[in-house]
Amino acid sequence: MLVLLVVLLPAIGSALAFAITRPSARLVVLSVVSLAHLGIVGALWVGPRASALSGWLAVDSLGLLVLTLVSLLFAAVVAYAIGFLREESPRGGRWFAGCLLGFLAATSLVCASQHLALLWVGMETTTLAIAPLIFHHHDRRSLEAVWKYLVLSSVGIAFALLGVFLLATAQPAVGGSRPLIFGDLLSHARTLDRAWLRAAYVFALTGFGTKMGLAPLHSWKPDTYGEAPSLVSALMAGALTSCAFVGLARFTAVVFAAGLDEFARPLLIAFGIVSLVVATAFVIGQSDVKRLLAYSSVEHMGLLVLGLGVGGVGAFGSVLHVLNNGIAKGMLFLVTGNMVLATGSSAAADMRGLLRVRPISAALMLVGLFAVTGSPPFGLFVSEFSIVSGAIREHHVWVAVALLLLLSIIFAGIGRVLLGVVFGGREGGGGGGGERVGADGGGSRRDSAWLVCGPLALAAIVLLLGVYIPAPLRASLADAAHMLGGSAP
Amino acid sequence: MRALIEPILLAVVLTNFAVLGISRVTACVRMLAVQGALLGVLSIAVERPLSVHSVALGTGTVIVKALVLPWFLRWAMRETSVRREVEPVIGYMGSLLLGAVAAGLSFGVANRLPAVGSGQDAPVGLLVPVALVTLLCGLLVLITRSKAVTQVVGYLMLENGVYLFGLTLVERISFLVEVGVLLDVFVAVFIMGIVVFHINREFDSISAENLVELRES
Repeated sequence: MLVLLVVLLPAIGSALAFAITRPSARLVVLSVVSLAHLGIVGALWVGPRASALSGWLAVDSLGLLVLTLVSLLFAAVVAYAIGFLREESPRGGRWFAGCLLGFLAATSLVCASQHLALLWVGMETTTLAIAPLIFHHHDRRSLEAVWKYLVLSSVGIAFALLGVFLLATAQPAVGGSRPLIFGDLLSHARTLDRAWLRAAYVFALTGFGTKMGLAPLHSWKPDTYGEAPSLVSALMAGALTSCAFVGLARFTAVVFAAGLDEFARPLLIAFGIVSLVVATAFVIGQSDVKRLLAYSSVEHMGLLVLGLGVGGVGAFGSVLHVLNNGIAKGMLFLVTGNMVLATGSSAAADMRGLLRVRPISAALMLVGLFAVTGSPPFGLFVSEFSIVSGAIREHHVWVAVALLLLLSIIFAGIGRVLLGVVFGGREGGGGGGGERVGADGGGSRRDSAWLVCGPLALAAIVLLLGVYIPAPLRASLADAAHMLGGSAP
Repeated sequence: MRALIEPILLAVVLTNFAVLGISRVTACVRMLAVQGALLGVLSIAVERPLSVHSVALGTGTVIVKALVLPWFLRWAMRETSVRREVEPVIGYMGSLLLGAVAAGLSFGVANRLPAVGSGQDAPVGLLVPVALVTLLCGLLVLITRSKAVTQVVGYLMLENGVYLFGLTLVERISFLVEVGVLLDVFVAVFIMGIVVFHINREFDSISAENLVELRES
């Protein structure tokens, strides 16, 4: 019942937001649904995890973890949106709230689906719900970004659907397993036809990999994250990619259970390494903060599949990293959004010296920099450490060496840009940005409470995850890692 | 009904080749509509005992893929003066040749794949190769054509290919899922159509070639 509600509530809220004409009432709907969603997710942690719709909807450990991430991130984004809409004219307000809630419904559906075709339907719906939000600014650049995003992810998601169909083909008609139900696929994995299963996995990896933005399927990412409003980029980098990871993880679990380790692991490791290399190449010398964060997202998606690929403790690290990366990336995009509001540009050169203009945002950005690059004491350090130690323990020493090397180069690359933004003086090219600050008026110079409370809360969570992982969370992480053929440290 | 299946599948292959070889965008959209209608009839024909589900799905497919979406695409490009596809990356002859290669490849691959289903319930052998041909031709159109509308046509062909493959599994994939898939494709093309409309207004032509502002400098 609860699990049905977690999907239905935002869907109803979305319909309501489209129907309501008063902007303030729409914001109330948005906030109420977001808080209620958070409440339901909390109840799912405490209460019994019953399934709904004859086993099609249920939360397992992995689903619940990502669902929690999505819900937390969404709450932070809603708080931010209230401040954001005050500073920027609420263009297309009806679409704005409706699509945000539609996105929440679709991501919840992905997390809660035990039926893989239903999961696909949710995944496709996330694409469609977020597309109008990318187009928020209605200019040429956002038009180009939304077109690239629509075409690439639609093709990717069509491949994923073919993967789902191929998986259904691999399932024998007799033998008592219900078609495409994840639990049945796992328990009957040995009866699956191996040739079809291999084909299914290749298409699923390509499809969900496109949605995650793994290199070389990432080309939509910098454009989309760069042009979308920052809170939309935050949702995409934090929630949407994590949901795509859930889809990939479910396929991977089935393939591992069927004993096709030797087939799948090298593919995952290769995708991971390529993503890290590409991210490193483009992080260096990047001049736009949002595009920089997009390449950082490519890096972290690479880490996720790498962790799955090496297995062992790496799988545990991978699942933990989904949470850490989602929260850290969401937080950084929101903070960057504050910078964009202050300067009217996302170029690093225009943002320099923001410590003076928006001190709280600047401090948060500094925190975000260390969090996202995996420095202690933040959560990403723990998860990246698990992935590296997984690689070493499972005898992929060269992978671990390459990983450490690439991560340190990326640290330097991101650090150079973001430190410049926080501490840098305004010189050469900063003048244009300065004029825009003046043009925006005094109101946008300071951070409003709405604009910083979300990122502040997210920063606290990612710090907490680095210092202390509560017992129920640890149990869920271990359970999810076990499902993915790994183990807890 | 089953005797109908093979001619329909061959007609689907012909519509693929037609889209590859035609330069007029409106004609491409018309061919796509024909393909959608064929798919609708096919989804009724493959299921042996005629069921409410398959008839509903077939009718839905015809309405969405043969009527609504083509009409909508024509609406999106109504304002354009240029109705011809400008210089595709690969010429029409080249596209047709590649299409033929794709067809050969698909039949070769499909022959080597293990059989789908078993015994009497096994669907017609042509279904899998034709699904692959449609998918590959869709990809080809998507990659080689520069107009946004034609790219939508390519995407729909690709989706049609996946749909054809799904027909081998009618009894295993539930009705709800099929409807969800159809609905998603509908909304996807709807949003794409709106974007095409805006690209059209913004750039005075619906060429995706103009979309080159965003790149690494």
